[in-house]
Amino acid sequence: MSSTGLNVTDAWTLWVIVGLAIITVVTRSFFFLSNTEWHLPHWAQRGLQYAPIAALSAVVVPEIVMSQGQLITTWQDARIFAAAVGVAVYFAKRNVLLTIVLGMGVYLPLHLGLGW
Amino acid sequence: MFWQARLYQHPEFKVGVRDLAPQAFGQIAWALMTGVALVKSGMSVFESVFMTLLVYAGSSQLAATPLIVAGAPAWVVLAAGFCVNLRFVVFSLHMRGYLMHLPRWPRIVTGYFNTDPTYVLFTRRFAHPADNDELRLTQEAYLAGLSFANWTSWISCSLLGIALANAIPTSWGLGFAGILCLLGIQCSLASSRLRVLSAIVAGIAAVLAYALPLKLNIVLAILMAVFACLMAEQLKAAKERLA
Repeated sequence: MSSTGLNVTDAWTLWVIVGLAIITVVTRSFFFLSNTEWHLPHWAQRGLQYAPIAALSAVVVPEIVMSQGQLITTWQDARIFAAAVGVAVYFAKRNVLLTIVLGMGVYLPLHLGLGW
Repeated sequence: MFWQARLYQHPEFKVGVRDLAPQAFGQIAWALMTGVALVKSGMSVFESVFMTLLVYAGSSQLAATPLIVAGAPAWVVLAAGFCVNLRFVVFSLHMRGYLMHLPRWPRIVTGYFNTDPTYVLFTRRFAHPADNDELRLTQEAYLAGLSFANWTSWISCSLLGIALANAIPTSWGLGFAGILCLLGIQCSLASSRLRVLSAIVAGIAAVLAYALPLKLNIVLAILMAVFACLMAEQLKAAKERLA
């Protein structure tokens, strides 16, 4: 997160964004890109069940329990409390928006008020 | 698509817009926060606007942004974005029957605008693909109405979020809202025990392998989680055969 606040645009990032847009197109049209009907192999169809949650977890968990490449060693970290509340709120209310709002409601006072 | 008169003049277009309105309302804060989170995670305003207009997939944008900012190679960012988007592959299999009568490009454009809320509402209203031209047009117009309402509300609120982000100090840590958003989506996907296993394996593997260069820990974590779940499926099947 070192470039935060510099507000510099670079060409490489723009190309990656174009690539992500192509991925949006390909994934949303995957089974009707071709005019002929076809099927995925069985293992790939099963894998589709598990890959999305794995991808999210792989991105999210390190962002919550690590800082500067190390597992955090203190419990005084606003992110842990916010994430715990977020998960609890999700399973109580089944609402992603409420998860964000109440999670940030825990995160901001701890982070800004106590400096965690 | 929704800019075609034959679709937006069809009465079903308005039904689609109306059906999507509550969803769009609930989405306002989410889109706003996505806009804020993109800028606050370290992307430039131009990059954030460019991404919002082109990619049009909130969860993949939020997952890709920390990887881009950390300097991960393009293929790792794209692989992570692809995996987060895999649910759309499942949707596309279902939508195939509704769209195959269209030529290839209109079909693909229709697919591009088909996101989670439009897919859910569309398949709820039309449980089966049409078997005549009139009904096909009706379905197409309804989907166009949904897509139009969803696209305009999502894009305008995201852009507003990007504009507001500059007025908020980075030290507040509002980028964390993006992580909480992904966490919420992650919980919403945890609908079976094996999916929970997938999340646990991926989370642990991503932390343990964090020191790998090029953010390869993300790719390794996804592969290990999917492999573990496929193995667990096999074990379960073998046990059932024995029992």
